[in-house]
Amino acid sequence: MIEFPDISPAITELWLAIAAMALLLIGVVRGDRATRMVVWLSVGVLAVAIWLVWSDADTSVVTFSGLFVADRFAAFAKVLVLLGSALALVLSLEFLERERLERPEFPVLVVLATLGMMIMIAANDLLSLYVGLELQSLSLYVLAAFNRDSEKSTESGLKYFVLGALASGILLYGATLVYGFTGSTSFTGIAGALAAQEERSIGVLFGLAFVTAGLAFKVAAVPFHMWTPDVYEGAPTPVTAFFSLAPKVAALALFMRVMLGPFGGIADDWVGIIGLLAATSMVLGAFAAIGQTNIKRLMAYSSIGHVGYALMGLAAHSPGGVRGTLVYLTIYLAMNLGAWGVILSMRRTDGKLVENVEDLAGMARTRPFLAAAMAIFMFSLAGVPPLAGFFGKFYVFFAAVDAGLYLLAVIGVLATVVGSYYYLRIVKVMYFDEPAPAFLQPAGATIAVIAVTAIFTLLFFLFPAPFVAEAHLASLALFP
Amino acid sequence: MLIQFIVFYVFAAVVVGSAFMVIAARNPVHSVLFLILSFFNAAGLFVLAGAEFLAMTLVIVYVGAVAVLFLFVVMMLDINFVRLRQGFMQYLPLGAMLGAILLVELLLVVGAFVVSPEVDTLAAPMPPVEQQSNTHALGQLLYTRYMYLFQASGMILLVAMIGAIVLTFRVRTGVRRQSIRAQVARTRADAVELKKVVSGAGISGSL
Repeated sequence: MIEFPDISPAITELWLAIAAMALLLIGVVRGDRATRMVVWLSVGVLAVAIWLVWSDADTSVVTFSGLFVADRFAAFAKVLVLLGSALALVLSLEFLERERLERPEFPVLVVLATLGMMIMIAANDLLSLYVGLELQSLSLYVLAAFNRDSEKSTESGLKYFVLGALASGILLYGATLVYGFTGSTSFTGIAGALAAQEERSIGVLFGLAFVTAGLAFKVAAVPFHMWTPDVYEGAPTPVTAFFSLAPKVAALALFMRVMLGPFGGIADDWVGIIGLLAATSMVLGAFAAIGQTNIKRLMAYSSIGHVGYALMGLAAHSPGGVRGTLVYLTIYLAMNLGAWGVILSMRRTDGKLVENVEDLAGMARTRPFLAAAMAIFMFSLAGVPPLAGFFGKFYVFFAAVDAGLYLLAVIGVLATVVGSYYYLRIVKVMYFDEPAPAFLQPAGATIAVIAVTAIFTLLFFLFPAPFVAEAHLASLALFP
Repeated sequence: MLIQFIVFYVFAAVVVGSAFMVIAARNPVHSVLFLILSFFNAAGLFVLAGAEFLAMTLVIVYVGAVAVLFLFVVMMLDINFVRLRQGFMQYLPLGAMLGAILLVELLLVVGAFVVSPEVDTLAAPMPPVEQQSNTHALGQLLYTRYMYLFQASGMILLVAMIGAIVLTFRVRTGVRRQSIRAQVARTRADAVELKKVVSGAGISGSL
């Protein structure tokens, strides 16, 4: 007989699950009119969840018979994910109302996806990893197809579903191999079994490769990135914004925990794989985005490139590398959120949303504030000092060089130079091209999000210490 | 012991017989019904083996959901099964060859298979079936050790349900629904109008 487990470390997950069901009930009873209320309530629920995580961040416990772990690393990643989800919801409200998509299930699905990400981040077992991943993915498939009357949105949902199911299958296959050759699904058990083996069994390596492939699909790293541009283009724009924020952070956090936790002892075997994923992602992200005219596709390739930089920190497999990736993700979240805020404001005065790079032409004259904010985000995404994006890259490059991955660092720098071209092209289109018709004034909430993220991106260099210190503490949790 | 022996062979014979009929029946509805029969008898075999949880799951999931769904599909889609079977003889050699290869492979696998000497301790039910039933033991694990995963799986099913509704539910416009309240509240004054018909002018003129 097993004692009833201690559920207090999972208080955030419980809160999100119960709140999601309550929000669903409100939505069902009040109907579509309640969408606005449910969106704001969901933002409140996520804000409370941030407080719950942060008030109990300084713990390190394993509960639910070893299925669940709460430590500083999890707390850091959870706060990032919750922030990303909440602010993506704030950005989505105007879009939902203007495109007649006001359905209360939208915020509920975002909250449930966030719950899945919480479970992923807190996973300490291959089983909880998979369950969390599926909860998150299933919500995301539905969100991608949310605009069911649009052919593109349905197509993107279906594509994402079919390829995502395939990736889940690959991941599960790898998990069974790892279980078969180590005799345990728990991360601590796997690490122990691997440490006890004198000779590395080929089965574990195969399992590791399959698990890596499945996770690489979820973070959209090359060569498992094919779905990204199509899904990002077809999904409703606020959903695309959400896709590029919270799920990326959650999947990368999970990636780091899996690689450094159970497989930390055999790092020599996977550093090459991760390094290759990082290098190809950076290069493809830089080159493939050049020819894009649709800004959503462009941002999709940009996000593939950024995943490459974030994986570089993992390839360094040191506390410094994890710290670099966490700082990188924090900054990526801020500047990407702002950029998506501007993209969601690209609405002509007749109410039509446009999404081509040319449509931004001359925005500096029609909407100088938006253009200035977008310029900040683009310079930051390109990695121009002293904006925040530069510091994100600085920490991961530093960790890579520290770990002796010189080639990877050189590829990263070169990819940054190439990538700058298309970020700066957007700035050029906004500031030097003949003005296109003006955009509508965005909603107050959107402006607030853009302003806050722009100020963060602009002034990060004045106060990087608290973030870096927090990320440093979080990274130490993965290296006991 | 003899009774168990007889019951086993009855169940086993019916399973094999109905499984054969699934592919031999001309009418697809009969095929599905034979499939259900074979599921039921397989469930009986599980009960004989002391795995009552598997037996219940087989009946509830396979008979209750899968086979009924299958029956619906067979009835709803007008598939000409006779035409599907055309060319059966033509492909028989190829099919027989594949079957033979599969048989050889199976024999090889079974021939090379060695039962682990630890199987008695590894595969034995814990605690023994006499002390605790499968269902009880599974429930005890599911609600304690794997409670977290059990609840999380519940959330996944909730998402699946919300997703199915979000993606398919439509409010139809122009549908007239019966409103009992309105019907009951109708008075004679709303429904009947008295008209004075002028004699010789007919009803149409006065309405």
